[in-house]
Amino acid sequence: MAKSSVLSSSIAKKVAMALSGLFLISFLALHFSINLTSVFSEEVFNSCSDFMGYNPLIQYVMQPVLAFGVVFHFVMGFVLELQNRAARPIAYAKNNGSANSSWASRNMIISGLVVLAFLGLHFYDFWFPEMNYKYVEALPQDPTRYYGELVHKFESPVRTGLYCLAFVLLFLHLWHGFNSSMQSVGFNNKFSRALHKLGYAYAVIVPFGFIFIALFHHFNQ
Amino acid sequence: MSSAKNININLKIWRQKNAQAKGSMETYKLDNVSTASSFLEMLDQLNEQLINDKKSPVAFDHDCREGICGMCSLYINGRAHGPETGTTTCQLHMRKFKDGDTIYIEPFRSKAFPVVKDLVVDRSSFDRIQQAGGFVSVNTSGRTIDANATPIPKHDADRAFEAAACIGCGACVATCKNGSAMLFVGAKVSQYALLPQGKVEATQRVLNMVRQMDEEGFGNCTNTGACEVECPKGISLENIARMNREYLAASLK
Ligand code: HEM
Ligand code: SF4
Ligand code: FES
Repeated sequence: MAKSSVLSSSIAKKVAMALSGLFLISFLALHFSINLTSVFSEEVFNSCSDFMGYNPLIQYVMQPVLAFGVVFHFVMGFVLELQNRAARPIAYAKNNGSANSSWASRNMIISGLVVLAFLGLHFYDFWFPEMNYKYVEALPQDPTRYYGELVHKFESPVRTGLYCLAFVLLFLHLWHGFNSSMQSVGFNNKFSRALHKLGYAYAVIVPFGFIFIALFHHFNQ
Repeated sequence: MSSAKNININLKIWRQKNAQAKGSMETYKLDNVSTASSFLEMLDQLNEQLINDKKSPVAFDHDCREGICGMCSLYINGRAHGPETGTTTCQLHMRKFKDGDTIYIEPFRSKAFPVVKDLVVDRSSFDRIQQAGGFVSVNTSGRTIDANATPIPKHDADRAFEAAACIGCGACVATCKNGSAMLFVGAKVSQYALLPQGKVEATQRVLNMVRQMDEEGFGNCTNTGACEVECPKGISLENIARMNREYLAASLK
């Protein structure tokens, strides 16, 4: 069989979706660990951020890989969603989805779209100013600026509220997504039950941890 | 049975003259339905009433009426094979319903299961997937080896047997929000992949069956797990994971 048809098959797409999701999950764990330091120590947070911002491997290799990973994940998510809609041209007059599946599992596209909208805001808040600082205005490296920039963004109650809302939807996305990705790559065996617990723990700890950090800085102004 | 009583119900049923017609939900009133009757007997009763009224009866699929052939279908009150789990529509009884209930009855909906008439859908896409690889080629010249001569670990034999319990009804597709056939195909791939007799053709089998599944227009599994809950034969999601592993291994060969 031609390799091209294998690569464009439903299973290949599922596996690609799962791998990109798992990649984002590991990135998010790193991002979360660094942000968490801001609650304990301004210095540690600043030095971690400075390292991430100026290490050439991270800037020129990992950052483009991450950008590709995010774009790939949501574009593939849209492609699958459109194909899946096309697979049922006439909707049921009455459908009882909650009888057999969770809301989170049936609405990955909704939670995903909210996370995508959040990413827009996030880039506007942090990534564009960062690129501007480093490459457009080419300002000198200042390893003490990050903490202040972070805290400043959580002054506004509206922005803090939007952040929290987005993370609740990320929680739902990961509540289904983490374990779904395991099943997609074919991992379903005697270790799965333990892994499911880890998946649920991740889905709770990371998003609600981000919410905690945002609220911490908001009320600590 | 002494506890049986008669109930009056309202039915909302999909009517469609033929494959090309547009179709719509129609409302019917049916009185004096015994709670001891089966769901399909209730439809028989409705059809008698329609024939007496010189109207065209509702077409619906059925054969064994005992949960083994996979011919009956129906999406009842928003669920494949109705409100019970682990049963087919022919095993559903009217005691599950109350006097005055409105019951929605729709065909299994999938691009790959086109409506033939009313509640009857064409599930031959499943046959084509089977024909693409859901078999073991044997020489039936008379020199066949007794299957029992090949030792098989009990654990594998049990898993293969469970997978082989699939009756090809299509409830998994009907209930899946993505119209995915992966539970069915996962079961059919697994039932052979687990046995030594099936290993010989394993690579081509999974590649061909998945290709046919995609060509028929079924959607992509997103692991909601709805199929596993609604499957009348309790086919497990493990079979989908196994198919994915088989497919990955086959595509690397
Ligand atoms: C950028 C916006 C995003 C969109 C539009 C999006 C969309 C989707 C969609 C539609 C699915 C379901 C497809 C499927 O299961 O086959 C999905 C699955 C998934 N997403 Fe996202 N997502 C986004 C962001 C994220 C993020 C930030 C993460 C992790 C931190 C993530 C992790 C996952 C995982 C693990 C899965 C499960 C994959 C699988 O079932 O195999 N997603 N996403
Ligand atoms: S897997 Fe279950 S629901 Fe799907 S066709 Fe087989 S028996 Fe029916
Ligand atoms: S009619 Fe045979 S399974 Fe229902």
